[in-house]
Formats: sequence, structure tokens, C-alpha cells
Amino acid sequence: MTTQPARPAPSGAFEFLTTKKDEFVGWARKFSLFPYPFVTACCAMEFMSVSSTLYDTDRFGAALPRFTPRQSDLLMVVGTVTHKQAPILKKVYEQMCEPKWVIAFGVCATSGGFYQNYAALPGIDKIIPVDLYIPGCPPRPEMVIDGIMKLQDRIARDRHPIINEKF
Amino acid sequence: MSSPPHTTLPNPIRPAFDQGSVEGSVIVNIGPSHPATHGTIQIVAELSGERVLRTDVHCGYLHRGFEKECESHTWHNLIPYVDRLNYCSALINDFAYCEAVEKLMGIEITARCRYLRTLLAEYSRIADHLTCVAAALMELGAMTAFLYLVTIRDYIYEHLADLTGARVTYTYGRIGGLARDLPDGWLERLGEILDEMDTFTGRVHGLVDRNRIFIDRMRDVGVISSADAVNWGFTGPLLRSTGAPRDLRKDTPYLAYAELDFEVPVGIKGDNYDRYYVRMREIDESAHMIRQLVDMLPAGPICVDDRRCSFPDKQLVYTEIESLINHFKLVMDGPQVPPGEVYSAHEGANGELGFYLVSVGGGVPWKVHCRSPSFVHMGGAHRMLDGYQLADIVPTFGSINMIGGECDR
Amino acid sequence: MSDAVFEQVRERLAGVAGEATVAHGTLALEVEAARLVAVVRTLKDELGFDMFLDVTAVDWPDREPRFDVVWHFYSTRHFVRIRLKARVTLADPTVDTLVPFYGSARYMERECHEMYGIVFRGNDDLRPLLLYEGFEGHPLRKDYPKQKEQPLVPYRDAKP
Repeated sequence: MTTQPARPAPSGAFEFLTTKKDEFVGWARKFSLFPYPFVTACCAMEFMSVSSTLYDTDRFGAALPRFTPRQSDLLMVVGTVTHKQAPILKKVYEQMCEPKWVIAFGVCATSGGFYQNYAALPGIDKIIPVDLYIPGCPPRPEMVIDGIMKLQDRIARDRHPIINEKF
Repeated sequence: MSSPPHTTLPNPIRPAFDQGSVEGSVIVNIGPSHPATHGTIQIVAELSGERVLRTDVHCGYLHRGFEKECESHTWHNLIPYVDRLNYCSALINDFAYCEAVEKLMGIEITARCRYLRTLLAEYSRIADHLTCVAAALMELGAMTAFLYLVTIRDYIYEHLADLTGARVTYTYGRIGGLARDLPDGWLERLGEILDEMDTFTGRVHGLVDRNRIFIDRMRDVGVISSADAVNWGFTGPLLRSTGAPRDLRKDTPYLAYAELDFEVPVGIKGDNYDRYYVRMREIDESAHMIRQLVDMLPAGPICVDDRRCSFPDKQLVYTEIESLINHFKLVMDGPQVPPGEVYSAHEGANGELGFYLVSVGGGVPWKVHCRSPSFVHMGGAHRMLDGYQLADIVPTFGSINMIGGECDR
Repeated sequence: MSDAVFEQVRERLAGVAGEATVAHGTLALEVEAARLVAVVRTLKDELGFDMFLDVTAVDWPDREPRFDVVWHFYSTRHFVRIRLKARVTLADPTVDTLVPFYGSARYMERECHEMYGIVFRGNDDLRPLLLYEGFEGHPLRKDYPKQKEQPLVPYRDAKP
């Protein structure tokens, strides 16, 4: 996802309308995230906790998982990704449609964690671009919610120019 | 914009078959990124209509190099790796490993440590069974039961975080003892959690036990006989569900189990329903054991007073040169374990969790091998999947409780 | 009670197995690789060791023969464990398979093969199990460097 820098204050009716459109699109997108929980290891326990009653990601609209990449827009890579799993992750990422975001949940997905050996991929950003890193082994559910909120802020700030180099 | 997609990605596995064996059969691939296979198992299944003719189960997608990693850390420093084997009941792994090293070193833990390890092992077992049953029921569609059980599990996690500092992977066991003693009020909160858990498991029983849909989906599905189970190396709730009352806590008692009064629940048919029920009964038995242990817990030190493995008191480290050097050596070189080998097994939540350690003297192990029950169960999983329906793969797999960290190590 | 079982095992296998020691509650028997099947058949059919727990190997790079292949068995009737050890060389790391006796041997022999290179004669399914197709080498051998990765997907330029 390319992020345009924040635009200056609207100076005309057209820019006012496009800013409002961007805010509306950002609001709709950030509160209707469909995560694809690419769950592998121990962080799954905290993912289950954060999706359940006590910490509830449903409040943020991000609870309903879609278990097919075709219907989801948030790829949450939860747990260690090994070299054997790497082609699977890449294929799932490529099957998702734009707009899509990637969360590296846990320190193993961020950097390989403390598994620095022949088997573990040293961070998923070696094969796919990542939007948000949530460190922790495993991270507390509050950290996950904090991370999702930061991602939501970034999604809300995205600009969607109507007239750009494609037109 | 993302890079253009690759047209070919390498296939990490070689399936056992790529041709159907009968006319009109179809070969499908389930997993490895699949909610019901717990994200790390791939099942290549040959289907004739909805019936599964044969399956080829592939694990290894979470192989993180545990054994190789352990060979380059000291005996103490590898305890976090051991934790992350069966991450649903991490304390059991800690204590099984620590006991294996203590056998090699000839250390006997203190009485308080023994009872406390037993109590925490049972507490961890409850957390594991809650997770397994919750996930299995959610995969059948019983979302309410999942939310009930995960709520209790969350209370357990917060409670253990009060004691150990972490919610899921604790690194609480130490060679010769434990990291720290119980904080004030911990045992009272334990009683409250167990009472609430009884209420919630009672509700789950009410929702599911005599539910026509549940019985139809779980009874006589995934059946395995006792003889088959023993031949394929099954232990733990899988073996007990077939009717064989084998439990290491009763057969070869360790820690404080010989002094506790508990039953070993067994099933009648070895099907999914029995596995679910054995786990629910084991949760009750574990709660019963914990209540007995709370009354039996003696006062005293947590760590054995042996300078080969226990850190000296901080006051002494700051004032005496011997304690300083002792502390330094323990941290930098690790506890010196005499040469030898040992195989020590505990009853993990899934079955026999064994550690085979080889030491050549020194602070770093020569070999740390984990005999994990989930790996062996994956070897025999096809016996419970073949011949049933495609939709039966989900509940059968959920009832096996394959934990990726333990299976692939 | 376990001592009685160990005595019985020792007597029964006196001619076939080698040195026997009891340590930490387990009886450890040295066997020659060629006698393995005979010993295991006796253990399973006559002495009641009906559960096969584990097979793994230990790499001693400075010793010839280099590998120790280690099997663990458990008896669900007598509640005791037994360890068998056989030495094999790097040039011919072959032992017989236990798949005809125990179903659980299938997966465990696959893992031992891919990690150490031990060949199990008679087991025709020695595909990689924990590792992946295209992985070269046997990582648990002492001469395989721990951090030598063999990525399946080429790394991209990770921009911050």
C-alpha cells in the first residue's frame, strides 16, 4: 500500500469533497477489517484470547475471520513461519485482493524470535511487506489491540486520489 | 503496490499418492493454512464422493529446530525453548525437562517444590484441556461453549501471570526448583477460579452432552481400538478413550501423584465423543487434585540448596566473592551436568512427554530430544480418518489435540 | 518390580544383546545392528514391550562408529522402559526398520532419517517429514552449521 502524505487544508469545494470522501472510505475500511488468521504457533493462544469475550476485537470490527484469502483484507501472521511454511504464506498473500494489510503478530513473525537456525524464517518481511509489527512472545492482548488501533489510524489516514497518474 | 505474483512457488512436500485408486475419486489438499488443522498440518485426502478413502498427513510446518537450538545453549538457558513445545500447557514441559536434568545431576527437589510442581502441572493440564475442548467445539459450530471455556482459560492465564510474569509461556521451572514462590492471595484466587470453572464446565456439559447434533457428529466417528492405539504409540487421553486405563501418573508415579486421590477416566469406544468426555472428566479430576494439593502444600524453600544449580542469595552475591563467582559461573557456563544419559517421561496433557538428554559433562547439552505425544499421534491419525466422511476430519482432528509446537519441535 | 522385569529381560536376551546397564530407572542394552530385529521380536512377543516410544540418534563426530541409534520401548503391562542402542558408521548408517512390528515406527524413522541420515532398511517411505523437499543435508549432525538456512522463497528487499 502506498501512503500519500497528508494533504494541506482544503482550499476549494472539490478538495473538501475528496477529503471527506477519503475520510469516509477510511472510516468504513478501518472498522470492517476481515482478518485472515494465518495461525501457526503459541501466539495463537493470545489470538484466541484477544478474539474472545475479555478483550474482544469485535468492538473494533476486526473479529470476524474469513478463512479464505479471497474474502479477507487483513493478513494476521500469528506465530513462527518456517521455511517450509514460507511458500504457503506467500501464496496466501498473493491471493488476497487490494486493499490488504499485513500484521506480524509476535516476535517470531517479526524477526524470527529466538529461533535463529536453519528452520525458521527470520521475519516474514523477508517475503511479504508488513504494515504493523506487534512484538512479544506472545504479546499481551492489550498490545494486540493497541496495534490494531494504530493500524486503523493508518488506514484512516490513507488518501485515495481520484485524479492520479493512472488516469 | 505489491510485486507481481510468482507464477510458481515450490511445493514443500511430496504426497504419498497423486493418482486416485478407484474410478472417480478426487484428491484434495486440506491445509496447512486451515483453521481446523490448527494451522500447521496438511492432509492430502483421496475422496470418493464425501467418503475419505485414504489420507496422507504431513506435519513439519512448524519445525523450528528445537533440538539443534538446544545444543548451543546452557542447560538453564534452553528452558524457554522447552516451554514452547506444548504451548497450551507450558508448565508441564518445564517440569518434565527440569526433572530429567535433576535426575542426571542427582538432585532431589524440596518438598514444597514437589507439591507446587504437581499443583501447577495439573493447573496447566486444565488450561490445555480447556483449549482443546473449546477449539473442538467451536469447529463444530458451538461458539458459546468456546467463549465460556476461553473465558476461564483467560482467568487462568492472568492468575499464572501473577505468579510467573507471563500468560502463555512461563519459563517458570528451574533446575533444582522453581523461579519464585507464590505471592500472597494466590491460593485464594485459585479456589475462586476453580469454582467458576465448575460452573462453566457444567454449562458446557448441559449444552453439548445430550445434544442430538453433537452426538450424531461425534459418536462412532474416529474410532480406534485399544490394541491399535498401543501399536501406533498413542498415549494420554487418546489411549484412555479406547478403554485402556494407562496413565503415567498412576502407573509410574512421579512428583507428588502417589499421595493424591484421583481416578483415571476411560472411554468405552475410542471415538470422538469419548475423547471429548475423557478430557472433560480429566478437568474435574485435575481440579480435585489441585484442591487436595492446596491443603497438603508444606512450607519451606522452593529451590534446593545446591550450588551446582541454584543461584545464591543476592545479598551474598554482592558481598562474598565465592557467591559472586558461583553466580557468574552458573550464568555464563551453565550448571555442570555429569556425563550420562537419561530418558524421563511425564504425563503431559496429550500423553507421554519424554525427554532424552545426553550429557558429556559441562554446561551445554550434547543432545536434548523430546519424545512428543502429538508427533506420534500424527503418525497414527490416518487410522482414525480413513473410511469416514470428509466433514468428520474436522472433529476427529480437533479431538486428537495436535499441538504444532510439540508435534514438529 | 521393575528390577524383576529387567532381570528377566537380561536373562532372556543374554546371548543376543550385549552389555546391559540400569540407570535412572531404565534398562539400556547395547545391540548389534544385525541382531536388532531378533531382539525386538523377543521384546515385543515374549517380554511384553508392546509400545514403541521413540527412535533417535546421537552423533559422536570424534568417534568411529559415528552414530548411536537409540530406541525406547515401554511395557504397558509392567510399566517399565527399555533402551536399545546400536552403533553405525557414517559410511553405512543402515539399520533394519521396525515398521512390521510397530505402526508408530513409520513417522519416527522418517524423522531420524532426515535429521541424521540413518537409513532404515525396509522402510520404503523415508520422505522428509519435518523438513521440506529440496533440503540438502542432515541438520542434526554436528557438522551442519546451525544457522545455515536453505530458503524456499527468495528474500525480497525489506524496505523499512
